[in-house]
Amino acid sequence: MSAAFLRNKAAVLGLGLLAAIVAMAILAPVLYPDDPLDMVGTPFLWPGQDPSFPLGTDSLGRDVAAGIAHGARVSLLIGLWATVLGLALGVSIGAIGGYFGGWLDDVALRAVELFQTVPPFLLVIVLVAIWEPSIRNITLAIGLVSWPPVMRLTRAEFRSFREKDFVTAARGLGFGHGRIILREILPNALPPIVVTSSVMVATAILMESALSFLGLGDANRVSWGSMIGNGREVLRAAWFLTAVPGAMIVVAVLALNLVSDGLNEALNPRLGRS
Amino acid sequence: MALLDVHDLTVAFPSVTAVAGLSFSVHESETLALVGESGSGKSLTALALMGLVPRPGRVSGAVHFGGQDLLALPEARMRQLRGRDIAMIFQEPMTSLNPVLTIGRQIAETLRLHEGLSARAARLRAIELLDLVRIADPGRQVDSHAHRLSGGMRQRVMIAMAIACNPRVLIADEPTTALDVTIQAQVLDLLDRLRRDLGMALILITHDLGVVGQWADRVVVMYAGRKVEEADPIGLLRRPLHPYSRGLLGASPRLQARAHYRLGRLAEIPGSMASALGQAGCPFAPRCDVRQDKCDSVAPALREMGEARLVACPVAA
Amino acid sequence: MSTWRRVTRTARRTALQAVPSVLAILALNFLLLQLAPGDAADVMAAQTGSPTAQTVLELRSRFGLDAPLLDRLAAYLDNLAHFSLGMSPRFNVSVLSLIGERLPGTLALMLTALGIALVVGIALGAVMARFAGRPLDRAISVISLCCYSIPGFWIGLMLVVVFSVKLDWLPSGGMHSVGIEESGLAALLDMARHMVLPAASLSLFFVAIYARLTRAAMLEAQEQDFARTARAKGLSPSAVAIRHVLRNALIPVTTMAGVHVGALLGGSVVVETVFSWPGLGRLAFESMMNRDFNVLLGILFLSSLLVIVANAGVDILHSWLDPRIEDVG
Repeated sequence: MSAAFLRNKAAVLGLGLLAAIVAMAILAPVLYPDDPLDMVGTPFLWPGQDPSFPLGTDSLGRDVAAGIAHGARVSLLIGLWATVLGLALGVSIGAIGGYFGGWLDDVALRAVELFQTVPPFLLVIVLVAIWEPSIRNITLAIGLVSWPPVMRLTRAEFRSFREKDFVTAARGLGFGHGRIILREILPNALPPIVVTSSVMVATAILMESALSFLGLGDANRVSWGSMIGNGREVLRAAWFLTAVPGAMIVVAVLALNLVSDGLNEALNPRLGRS
Repeated sequence: MALLDVHDLTVAFPSVTAVAGLSFSVHESETLALVGESGSGKSLTALALMGLVPRPGRVSGAVHFGGQDLLALPEARMRQLRGRDIAMIFQEPMTSLNPVLTIGRQIAETLRLHEGLSARAARLRAIELLDLVRIADPGRQVDSHAHRLSGGMRQRVMIAMAIACNPRVLIADEPTTALDVTIQAQVLDLLDRLRRDLGMALILITHDLGVVGQWADRVVVMYAGRKVEEADPIGLLRRPLHPYSRGLLGASPRLQARAHYRLGRLAEIPGSMASALGQAGCPFAPRCDVRQDKCDSVAPALREMGEARLVACPVAA
Repeated sequence: MSTWRRVTRTARRTALQAVPSVLAILALNFLLLQLAPGDAADVMAAQTGSPTAQTVLELRSRFGLDAPLLDRLAAYLDNLAHFSLGMSPRFNVSVLSLIGERLPGTLALMLTALGIALVVGIALGAVMARFAGRPLDRAISVISLCCYSIPGFWIGLMLVVVFSVKLDWLPSGGMHSVGIEESGLAALLDMARHMVLPAASLSLFFVAIYARLTRAAMLEAQEQDFARTARAKGLSPSAVAIRHVLRNALIPVTTMAGVHVGALLGGSVVVETVFSWPGLGRLAFESMMNRDFNVLLGILFLSSLLVIVANAGVDILHSWLDPRIEDVG
């Protein structure tokens, strides 16, 4: 499987880009130890104008490069934890509904239908507006709306696996439901879940950037979305302030999508041909 | 003069040559049976005649029909012949019809394409055709979708579609394999009647020698993409010459009771066709019960054995 | 069964199925309303200028806000039964009329974007499937993967830079030019000009999705036996692709279009904010900035209803596209 993944040039490119962004996020406090929200230079320096600010400065004289590096931390942090939360909810609800069936499944299905009816981004806005906008609350809100697809996927996998011979055999051996779910079925259901989770991180990053673009981000942390929001005010004079952080979002999301496509082809040899 | 003359037809894929130097001819109004196991290249032969071999297959040789070589025709010209002069029906009636279009529209499509009928005229003709293939209440069924019909009815619809433009050759690729035994005879009977009434030649592809005896005028037995025997059906069933034909006869369940030759293993011919790939000598040698040493090195040529009888086996007598 | 009967039967069934969904959304909305910090009394008291604990309590009891949870639920449902979603303290008009004023703008933008996405996406997907594995397919693949990764609001801003600031071809925001007649062809053309950039920004992501979906669905459909039958009739490749393959591939693609209405509504919040488009999304943004939860939750409620309607619409469309549907329900 890993060999198949590594043969896919696009997937390797995605993985490389992702690694670069992760490295940037980890190294941000070392490279730019000061608060990226501090004013450090002349305002409105264009990229390349002053070598000490390779990506220029914004309307308040803040270093764009520092903002980009620290913004990567916020994007990845929220993307990752919201996905973990979404996966935890989706996989457990989907596993229970799919494995046990019956009324438990009905309840699970009703819940997922409700969440798929409410437009997810609007619900995130409402939740973040009700709670105060902080990294934790934004993560919670995004995680809370991102579980339905995983739930449906997990449920479908469990429904198909619960009738398989090895599961019947495990039941015959007297294994409990918990053991069968976690040790017998889950490992088999994992591949499509892994593929989806990388798309979930991408979606979460897009949502976070839209939130902080609208001004619903954590006011104490710089994020790519809030940089775009600030840049927008001076769009006519200094469009690079909008272009640069946006390009970063595109690169991060594209990298995750490439990795997801690569995983999909490596884990689903049947689809890989086309 | 043959209606359709196939000469040295070869269908090659990167990893395998599916049809190798196949020659046969079909005469006006006759039924020619192409017989062989699955994988013997008979379906690809049919697709090659239609110009529908899927990528990356390459077709060479010649197919003479109406004074032209079909394989040399430009695609646009071939499209005009396809469905009008040469038509084809397939093995799987369940999936061969478009699920979202009414059967009437699918039949009418052919008529509008090749005969330029108006929508209205094509619909009326479609109803006539449904009647012709003995579908009850054709005026109502013309607006049905395929999933409402039984397998036998779907195959009748396929036949109606294929004969819509009075083709001169109809290729039927395992037309009854997917159907109930009781329906099989009805469908073959229908095909035979249409062949006579419309004066078209029928190329009947099958793995079932029982079908051959009852419906074919001539039989070509294929193995690993080659013709190993050609005969009239009575002669073949009475006295199959090629060891593979003998094996097929033995493996044909409905004929066992009246088979003259009984092989050691009745149920099947041992081995599989895969063993013939890339082999220098006779492709059947690895499974043959009368194999000689020379069979491994020299591919046997077709020999004439009596009137209109050909066999590709040096041992056969 | 006739197409008409099939479609009406599906319509009836989907309408019945929508009932529990609507109830569930009501419950969720009520719950969120209870969670929201500060109620209408707080806001109204604040508007009087000098709020005291006394006035707040008086207001609470006047509007029944100090009643037990169940009574408040009953009042909420009673309001809804009279098509009332409460008042907006900020604008001092009923939430419903506020939303009703903005709904057409959003619907126009969303439907245009969805239309563009479906037409362009399906066309691109069909081209990709036709040239699968060849350079054209690869090129469109790469472009669509990029479009799939671009935030709508950002591409909107970039389009403004190029087409409004640099080239000065298109307006950068709003719905009408100042001083243009309210009606007539000129007004319509003017609105269309204003719609180009927001609709393009909103649809880009979905164009990419439909292109990918259509490609996959067509590649699957063209391997099916019925496609071979169509070729055996002598149909040209384009007739096979459009009449037989695409017609079947549309079924999975349209299913997704229903699912995407919710995402389109979410996307319209940011895109309408970027382009100052007077629609629901912009209203959501404004009420969020003002912490006007009555309006915000009203929008959430109506958006959910819109999603339910869209899904029902897709079900009905399906029963029309796919004659096999009748056997399911």
